[in-house]
Amino acid sequence: MNIFVCVSHVPDTTTKVQVGEDGKSIDPSGVTWILNPYDEYAVEAALQLKEAREGEVTVVCFGPDAVKETIRKGLAMGADKGLHIKSDQPRDSFGTAKALAETLKDREADVIFCGRQSIDYDGWQMAGLLGEMLDLPSVTVASKLEIKEDGSIEAEREIEGGMETVVSKLPAVISAQKGLNDPRYPKLQGIMQAKRKPIEDVEPSPYKNRVEVLEMSKPPVKSAGKIVGEGPDAVKELVKLLHEEAKVI
Amino acid sequence: MNLFEFSEEQNMLRDMVREFVNEEVKPVAGQIDENEEIPQDLIKKIGEVGLFGTVFPEEYGGGGFGEVGYCIAQEEMARGCLSTATMIGAHMSIGTNAIFLGGTEELKQKYLPKLCSGEMLGAFGLTEATAGSDSFNVRTRAEQDGDDWILNGEKLWITNGGIADVVSVFARTERGVTAFAVETKWDGYHAGPKEKKMGIRGSATNAITFDNVRVPGENMIGPNGRGFLIAMKTLDAGRLGLGACCVGAAKELIELSTQYAKERKQFDEPISHFQAVQFMLAEMWAITYAMESIVYRTAVDYDAGKKIATQSAAVKYLCSEGLDKVVDMAVQIHGGMGYSRELPIERMYRDSRINRIFEGTNEIQKLVISHDVLRRNGAWNV
Ligand SMILES: Cc1cc2nc3c(=O)[nH]c(=O)nc-3n(C[C@H](O)[C@H](O)[C@H](O)COP(=O)(O)OP(=O)(O)OC[C@H]3O[C@@H](n4cnc5c(N)ncnc54)[C@H](O)[C@@H]3O)c2cc1C
Repeated sequence: MNIFVCVSHVPDTTTKVQVGEDGKSIDPSGVTWILNPYDEYAVEAALQLKEAREGEVTVVCFGPDAVKETIRKGLAMGADKGLHIKSDQPRDSFGTAKALAETLKDREADVIFCGRQSIDYDGWQMAGLLGEMLDLPSVTVASKLEIKEDGSIEAEREIEGGMETVVSKLPAVISAQKGLNDPRYPKLQGIMQAKRKPIEDVEPSPYKNRVEVLEMSKPPVKSAGKIVGEGPDAVKELVKLLHEEAKVI
Repeated sequence: MNLFEFSEEQNMLRDMVREFVNEEVKPVAGQIDENEEIPQDLIKKIGEVGLFGTVFPEEYGGGGFGEVGYCIAQEEMARGCLSTATMIGAHMSIGTNAIFLGGTEELKQKYLPKLCSGEMLGAFGLTEATAGSDSFNVRTRAEQDGDDWILNGEKLWITNGGIADVVSVFARTERGVTAFAVETKWDGYHAGPKEKKMGIRGSATNAITFDNVRVPGENMIGPNGRGFLIAMKTLDAGRLGLGACCVGAAKELIELSTQYAKERKQFDEPISHFQAVQFMLAEMWAITYAMESIVYRTAVDYDAGKKIATQSAAVKYLCSEGLDKVVDMAVQIHGGMGYSRELPIERMYRDSRINRIFEGTNEIQKLVISHDVLRRNGAWNV
């Protein structure tokens, strides 16, 4: 089975992200970069599928040279090869999907996994765009997944206020939701082998962003909370304030 | 050259161990201390990720990370639980390392892959009633019988003595102290009850006895009569790992204390606004910075093949004293909460103390250092 996992290289969740001098991008200084947490579920799903069937897992990432480090994290977890679509120019979701799709279209993928969203720009678009561009079914936000011997897929998806069970068929694009599995720790041997596993470099065809970022800013600072009292006696005051001051009830 | 630029693999190792410790070790560290036992399933998980073989070359099933990587891993482990770090250290850095440094190729092939994978657990058996600081004075005897050796005697204070599968044992033959790899399943090997300790209570410490234990000749580690040298070389590396554990615990204590100082209010202010508290944090940080620096500087030298006996004695001595100072201040910053078993500080305070005693007391480290200093200056004739 030929399995691909599209991953992204994102700032660590504990990093205090700052807006860069241009006012429309993240300031990369002092940022530690990690494998996008949702992509860890995707890598794990790919590895489990490989272990259940014969196959090969390739980790794919679009971006500058620094993303190789993130590709190697996937390799350390147990993926076989890397595929680096090199570009120093940041792209919008459509452009990234286009680069991924043109790279993957002739590679006879049986499954393409990705995370439900990349926690840097939070587009939530990759699985849908890739499915359309490659003319494959896309099963998004899967929190439970079974891929049967005959290539049929059964997945549970989280939807607003409930769960949905869907069926589809390989080849397909699947995006992983938290809870899909319990991503493994990279083993020490895996970490050492990562540097020795091949990473293929490819150049994407040119692209002009369709969506332009004009400005990036931090959310407004929250004003201090207010304690209106303690115990049941405070409820009356709280309701009054919610009604009159906050005007939410 | 920048000594302290860790490689991508070393950083990945640190990230992995940190996550492992946060998820698998910290949540049970209090329980490990209470129950005086490390859960089997934790030991199994440590083996699965490869943390029983970090330091050894990949060809023996190790992680291939050398001493620097080993120190990184122990540092992170000790942030969560010094009992667990001690179990790993006794297994890898002294128990298995004696076989790695002194054993024949066949002996290494026989045991290292299993010890690295965690299929077998190791231990280091040097100390006896007569051989504490005077470790040369071992009385355990090994007598030749055909191709085999028959062991008789008793070892005290052996970490993992009751849970290990292979112990590197130092015994006396007619030629002097000699090392043997002894499997604990062999007839005549007995482990006594776990010692009741002040700290690192999860780490099993046992007296072990050899009652006519038959050891095949191939299990001799290094040449007959050269065991003491192997013990000393092994401990050189062990002491670096001990220093790394102290660094990890100290960093954790700084984090916990800083957090607490920011949150705890007295006189309507966070206690972090008081200079007395700030100065304690400053001292803790400065001491830890020095500890970290000497640990990795020496580990880099060790990996480069340099002799580090004196340096590692200094690392062991300074780091164990450093951690004791740091942990004492951490208790102080936490006030009454520092004395409560609700927080890990109290456990870390008890756990810290052993570092000044085992792997050679700090007095013995000073002996080693002073002899070298005097010898270098021509004033000592040994
Ligand atoms: C929890 C724990 C785990 C251990 N694990 C292991 C293990 O896995 N394997 C192993 O082989 N051993 C192990 N040990 C033994 C440990 O290494 C010894 O306890 C240590 O070396 C000190 O020996 P001792 O206890 O006999 O103290 P002693 O040697 O009796 O020392 C008592 C005091 O006298 C001082 N002293 C002794 N001689 C001198 C001197 N010449 N000059 C100045 N001062 C001196 C010492 O510094 C100390 O302050 C462990 C011990 C403990 C407590």
